[in-house]
Amino acid sequence: MASRTTHDQQAEPWAASQLAMLERMLLIRHAETRLARTAKETGLPGGVHLSIGQEASAVGICSQLETDDWMTSTHRGHGHFLAKGGDVDTMFAEIWGKRTGICRGMGGSMHVADFSKGIIGANGIVGGGLAIATGAALAAQLDRRGRAAVCFFGDGAANQGVFMESMNVSSIWKLPTIFVCENNGLSEFTVSSTVTAGKLADRARAFGMPVEVVDGNDVRAVASVARAAVERCRRGEGPSYIEAVTYRIHGHLEAEDLILAGGSYRTPEEIDIWRKADRDPISRFRDLLAAEGLCDPETFAAMDDAALEQVEAAVAFAEGSEAADPDLARQLMFVGGEG
Amino acid sequence: MTRKRYTQAINEALHEEMARDPKTILFGEDVALAVFGDTRGLLAAFGPERVRNTPICEATIAGMAVGAAAAGYRVIVHMLFSNFIYTGFDAIANQMAKLRLMTGGQIDLPITVLAVYGGGASQAAQHSDSNHPVLMNLGGVDVLVPATPADAKGMLKTAIRNNRPSFFLQASGLGAINGDVPDGEHLQPLGRAAVVREGRHVSLISVGSMIRATQNAAKQLEKNGIDAEILDVRSLIPLDEDAIVASVVRTGRAVVVDEARDSCSAASQIAAVIADKGFSALRAPVKRVTVDNMSMPYAPNAEAAVFPNADDIVRAASSICQPESVQA
Repeated sequence: MASRTTHDQQAEPWAASQLAMLERMLLIRHAETRLARTAKETGLPGGVHLSIGQEASAVGICSQLETDDWMTSTHRGHGHFLAKGGDVDTMFAEIWGKRTGICRGMGGSMHVADFSKGIIGANGIVGGGLAIATGAALAAQLDRRGRAAVCFFGDGAANQGVFMESMNVSSIWKLPTIFVCENNGLSEFTVSSTVTAGKLADRARAFGMPVEVVDGNDVRAVASVARAAVERCRRGEGPSYIEAVTYRIHGHLEAEDLILAGGSYRTPEEIDIWRKADRDPISRFRDLLAAEGLCDPETFAAMDDAALEQVEAAVAFAEGSEAADPDLARQLMFVGGEG
Repeated sequence: MTRKRYTQAINEALHEEMARDPKTILFGEDVALAVFGDTRGLLAAFGPERVRNTPICEATIAGMAVGAAAAGYRVIVHMLFSNFIYTGFDAIANQMAKLRLMTGGQIDLPITVLAVYGGGASQAAQHSDSNHPVLMNLGGVDVLVPATPADAKGMLKTAIRNNRPSFFLQASGLGAINGDVPDGEHLQPLGRAAVVREGRHVSLISVGSMIRATQNAAKQLEKNGIDAEILDVRSLIPLDEDAIVASVVRTGRAVVVDEARDSCSAASQIAAVIADKGFSALRAPVKRVTVDNMSMPYAPNAEAAVFPNADDIVRAASSICQPESVQA
């Protein structure tokens, strides 16, 4: 996992890895908090779907991946992108619709991708990454280099038929696919329990793969099950399913209040429960590391400031960049040629 | 040159391209036994890693093609009947066609999708669609409709070797036709229509499966004193607009023959191109011979009543070739 460490570089590797996870969660939180603010104050070209409250699952899983492992993401993909080593400057420039964007302004928030980091991309179709990750896992298996392909998706996507199809193919071919269901209990604007039969994990069990259901707001627990799944992939033993139980603090997208026009699918009290320090993935981990003597308040404050600074620098980069090249889209379509 | 069936020509192209590049892989339903004969022998030749029978799951088959191609492989995927493209359509329309644009050009997607299309064999409505217009409208994929064994081989090899997603659509009615096929390396450039028959009075512009009916119609028209030119479009995306317009400039009249349903058919697009770029050459309205906006019925006589045939083409051509103007 790429990171700009502010902690003592001499610290033992394990402690360093813990601080790196905290640091990356802070970066994601500040980046998305800034996106929320900008969306509200001045607006962004398109909608943004924020993962505030779900940072531990993105960071815990990606902490166990190498740069050349593959990853597909969701419409709520900024956290996955940053956790897999994506760059916040070019991600913001992309969301701002600038030519310096990671996708040169052609994809936007829902399609951030960086193939040099194994990030196949976020996806605007719920469940759209499942089969793509399975295909990348097939490629990884043929490559014989021990790579894994992680597919992030939500509990909403688990009701798409392609979820069952891709688990079946991954299982029969022993593909190195890691299915990571971020179960936040919400399918867009609908409470998932009202549209879902049985337990999602049972669906994965039916395909004969190892299943782990973890507290998705406990980054260390997520990293631990991810490690086992990744090692299984590296050994060529096939797919795994991880369900990270979490909660999305923000709406399905930032314009939610406007869209729902007073309607709601949850109460403010429910959201408040998940905002509390003993539920929030970042404050939980901060407090845990403090209790273990790995992160004192000064270290945390410095880390927090650094993340904020990085985000503001990204805003300046995005705002200062030139608008996308309007002729580029035409050039980038697969245009038929003779050969 | 060797005389081969259309399906054998496809099989030969697949063998040659799989042998040429070890990163070329093929998967799909029943490709091991080869329902249509086109993938026969590939499993034995290239092994179970590179040639895989999939479960029946078109959504995942098409999506895996995207993922494996994005991760560095040259992918050939068989969708069997073109109707099954519909069940895999998210990965095709939302992912395959768009991923290069959405990622700012970070990747190519060397994918070739094989599918058998069209009616005429009492396969009923769900195994008889000619759905190339749906694919033409995606904007991001090549749509190839070869009508001869030689073109089947040459266009398939070109499609596999280039880095774009291509739909290689095999006309179900043409699988058993014979033709001379160049041995070994034969790469047919895409986007070039072929003048199959030269003529003076009317251009019969044929799309894929319609070539035989069109050739039969030209023979009948000749008996009536109408000298028809036949243009086989060969590929729809890219479309050889220059050849289409040039043919109409030569003859002044056009009948476009397409097995797709009439609304927004390939014939509609070709007619629009002629209206736009060949208007001054036209001596009569452009006619389309297509399938009415309906599904293919099962019973042989009912299907025959819907399926475009030589008589339909003769009627359409005759309606715009009045004896006096043809003599002129």
